[in-house]
This record gives sequence, C-alpha cells and structure tokens, in this order.
Amino acid sequence: MNAPVAEMIPYFIVLPLTVAVLVQLLARRRDALAAGLAGLCMLALALMSLAAALSGAGGEVVYNMGGWATPIGIDLRLDGLTALLLLTVNTVALAVALYAADYMQTFTARPRFYSLFLLMVTGMNGVVMTGDLFNLYVFLEISAIASYALVAFGCEREELEASFKYIVLGSVSSSLILIALALMYGVTGALNMAQVSARVAAGGMDAPLTLAFALFICGFAFKAALVPFHAWLPDAHPAAPAPVSAMLSGVLIKAVGIYVLARLVFNVFGPVAGVLELLCWLGLASMVVGALAALGQNDIKRMFAYSSISQAGFIVLGFGLATPLGLVGALYHLVNHALFKSLLFLNAGAVEYCTGTRKLDELGGLNRALPVTGATSLVGSMSIAGIPPFNGFWSKLIIILACVEAGRYGFAVVAVAVSIVTLAYQLKVQHRAFFAALPEALGAVKREPRRMALAMILLAVGCVALSFAVITGLGDPLLIGDAQAVLSAGIFGAQP
Amino acid sequence: MIYSLCLLLILVGLYGVVSSRQTLRIVISLIVVSHGVHLLLLLIGYRAGGTPPIQEAGQTAAAFAAGSVDPIPQALVLTSIVIGLGVLALMVALCVRLYERYGTFDVTEIRRLRG
Repeated sequence: MNAPVAEMIPYFIVLPLTVAVLVQLLARRRDALAAGLAGLCMLALALMSLAAALSGAGGEVVYNMGGWATPIGIDLRLDGLTALLLLTVNTVALAVALYAADYMQTFTARPRFYSLFLLMVTGMNGVVMTGDLFNLYVFLEISAIASYALVAFGCEREELEASFKYIVLGSVSSSLILIALALMYGVTGALNMAQVSARVAAGGMDAPLTLAFALFICGFAFKAALVPFHAWLPDAHPAAPAPVSAMLSGVLIKAVGIYVLARLVFNVFGPVAGVLELLCWLGLASMVVGALAALGQNDIKRMFAYSSISQAGFIVLGFGLATPLGLVGALYHLVNHALFKSLLFLNAGAVEYCTGTRKLDELGGLNRALPVTGATSLVGSMSIAGIPPFNGFWSKLIIILACVEAGRYGFAVVAVAVSIVTLAYQLKVQHRAFFAALPEALGAVKREPRRMALAMILLAVGCVALSFAVITGLGDPLLIGDAQAVLSAGIFGAQP
Repeated sequence: MIYSLCLLLILVGLYGVVSSRQTLRIVISLIVVSHGVHLLLLLIGYRAGGTPPIQEAGQTAAAFAAGSVDPIPQALVLTSIVIGLGVLALMVALCVRLYERYGTFDVTEIRRLRG
C-alpha cells in the first residue's frame, strides 16, 4: 500500500466533519450553497474511497492519530474490509446527497439537514476505520445522534414518535455496549482491538469477558435491527425523509451494526462455534420475520423497512456460516443491499414527492407518469427479489450454496423460501404502484426533478454493474475477496 | 459487592424505562442507566488508596504506575458524559415537541405507529 493512501486516512473523518461545521457557518441561509458544499464533500469522499479501494490490494495501513504510537494513541486502520465498507458508504451517500438537493425542497431548515447528514457520514466512516473500541463507541454515538435528529426532521407526529422510540432503544443499546467496554477494559486492560485480541488469544475467555462479548452482541444486534431487537426499525426508517431512510437502511445498519458484529466476532474475540451458531439463528429469524411482516404492509416505505430486516438476516446468516463462501456471499450481499435498498427508498421518496402519498392502495400506473422512477424501481425490485441476472440473485445464490456446502440444508430451504416471499412483496409494489391503472384521485402527477432522477439512475447502474462484475468474473478485484481474507484470517493476535 | 450495586442501579434504570408511562420518566430512567454504567467504569479504574493520576516531577514512570489510579476510565467517563449530554438534550427536545403535537407526555396515548 502506498504512502498517499496512508496520508488520506484521517480525511475520511476530518473532511465531512469540517464541512458539516462550514455549512452552518457559511451557508446558514443559502440552501444552494449548503447543497453544493455537501455534494462536493461527498464527491471527494467517494473518489477518495475509490482510490483507497483500488490501491489497497490486500494490504493494511495503520495511521496513528496525532503521531502517538498504538498503546498510547488511537489508531485508524485501513484493510480490505474497511475499504469495502468505505466505498459502499461513501458511494451511497454521494447519490443520496445529489437526490436530497431536490427532495429536501419540501422541508425547512435545509442547511441543518446537510450538517446532520455529514455528521452521520463522519460517524460511519469513523466506525469502520477505527482500531480502538472506545473510539468506535464515540463515532457510533456521533452517527446515532445525527440519525435520531434526522428521523425527527419532519417534526410531525409520526416522525417525533418514531424518533423517540429510536432514541430510547438506541440509548439502551449504547449503554449495553458501554458496559461491555467497561468489563472488557477491566479484564484485558486494553481498548485497542489488536491488543484486546492478543490478550484473548493469550488468556482465553473467562466469565467477565464472555459477558462482555454477549453484551456487545446484544448491543450491536440492536443497532443492526436483528430480529429480537428490531422493534425500532420499522418505525424509524419510514418516518425519516426519503434520503435519510436510504442512508439508514442502506448503510447505517450495516456500518454500525453488522460490520462491527463481524469485526468483533471474527477479528477480536475469535469465531467460536456457539457464537457463529447464534449468528445463524439471529439471521434466520430476521429473514423470516422481516419478510412475512413486509408482505402485509400497505405503506411502501414501511414495507421496505421490514424488507431491510429480512435482507440483513441474509447477510448475518452468511457471516454465521463462517465458511469462505459464506463470507463472500455475506459481504457481496451487504454491498448489493446497500445499493438496491437505498435505490428503493429513493424511489419511494420520488413517488411520495410527486404524488403526495406512499400508500399502495392509493397509487397505480406510475410507469407512464414517472418513467425514471418506474424503470429504476424495477431494477431495484428485481435485484432484491433475486431475479437473474441482477446482483441480488448472485449474492443470494452464493449464500444458499454456502448453506448447502456447510451441510445446513434446512437453512438453504428457508433462504429459498424467504427469497420467494421477497419476490411476492416486490411484485406487489410493482403491480400496485407502477403497473395498474392510474387512479383518478391522483390527478396530474408531476415529473421527478432532474437531480433525483440522476441519483436513482446512478444507483440502478451500480446494481447492474455489480451483476456484470460477477458474470464476467471481475468480482474478485472488487475487494470482496480482500475483505473476506481479513475476516478469515481470524483474530488480530493470530496474524503474523 | 460494590460492582453489584452498579448493576442494581443499571437494572433499576432499565426497569424504569420499560415500566414508565411518561416520556420524561423514561428519559430520567435512561440517565440512571447511564450513570450506573459510568460508576462501573470508574470503579474498574479505582484502586484503594491510589494517588491522583498526575505524575510528579522526579517520579519514575514505574513508581507512578504502581501508586496512581488508572486514568483511562476517567477519560472514558468524561467523554461518555459529554455524549450523554448531547443525547439528553435531544431527548428532552423530542419530549417537548411530542407534547406540542399530542398534548400529553403519556406514551400510551402517543401511538400512531403500529403494524
């Protein structure tokens, strides 16, 4: 890995943080400037993450903040897994920033939206890069506080209620994580991930450490909205403005929930059989409950929120299998889901923006009125439902094959069944909203604004490009192999 | 023993979160939980008869480390309190806004989202 990349590492955090403050200082009353600053910042971050991903090739760079060496200072690390997550987060955030420039016209206090949005990106970039567990907690809280405020951004009844529920459950889960941190520090005397894992490797797991690990899993399962801990998600994600829903469902639950779970299980505490089994069952429960609940929804965004729980279940199931194939499937599905779920939420937002409703029984025949939304949502729906040749098909296929390879035939059957249910509810959306006749009550539907259309096209192209990457065998350079190698290498202490 | 008191504080707070009907009481219960966690963190760094973690002139690092309490948990608690303040301010603001919209602090009446 070359030197410029190492120099670039802190800017993933510093840049959005600085621009978030700058927006408040310079563009408090100038919406266009605020949108421009946020857009440029996200463009720069997306390009930086692409550069980091392309130059990486399996290496690992550690950056010591403030020049202090690791036992005293805090380090940021960039390895294959981090690079993959950074690329996903920043690409989706770029599309969302573009989309928000038009969508947020219906809201007041727009510059504040951009500041909070950038703080959320700061938090997520920090979480995926940091090598220190308390630092991770701090970044987690930065992104969490920004997202609580963003969920309540509309300040109407539903938004406030959803945000209150989210903040209460979010605070409880953060407390669990902090207790776990305290116990872990008490036993190992370290907060740095590599040092903790070295102590675990040397001393084994005693009772307090096991408790800490269990609390970590509960806390981050809350953040990832896995099934027994999912109650906040179906309220919070639909209540937020559409660009925020896209960020929350598309990347936040993965960056601060699933990524941290995977990092802790594989790289810090080590993949113990019992924990992996637990991950499998959490994943299965999420898949089934999320998909069945999505089927009965009438509100498009609420349906997509339940669908996120279900798809997150697929990812966690892949991690739980812990075979190389399962990990590849999980990581590939993570990237795919980030793209198509944010695309679908942006579609739902466009529908709401242009028609004023997101209830399926009030919609219909939008393909003619909203051609871009119709076409991109078809791509998104087919991807998430796992129709070949779209990307969702390949990642689900890999996960199902991994189940079979691991001898878990029951899991494979459930995964196939959940895919069919997914297809059913996506067809319901397509049929009711985009294909059936346009109801009289909707009247004249206005066209989606240009920047919103561009953002949706960008994400749809991303979905299609990822599918072709696999078909043509280009999948490997896309970092998924590197990221899988990081997880398969086991705990940090075991690495040479 | 003293650790279990922290645990008790945390559990009391959690009980408050699940059993309260008023939004502000839920907020107060959450503060109790977070202070329980802070106390636990501080206890972990505590050493009976330890000196404040400030290295005096002429004191060797080894002598300092042998005598002082662990400063890291104190730094962590300080950070956590600041974070808690941010969350608390947001929660209270939400309660006020909820009161404006619904005219009540009672969570059983703030139920428009279900299903």
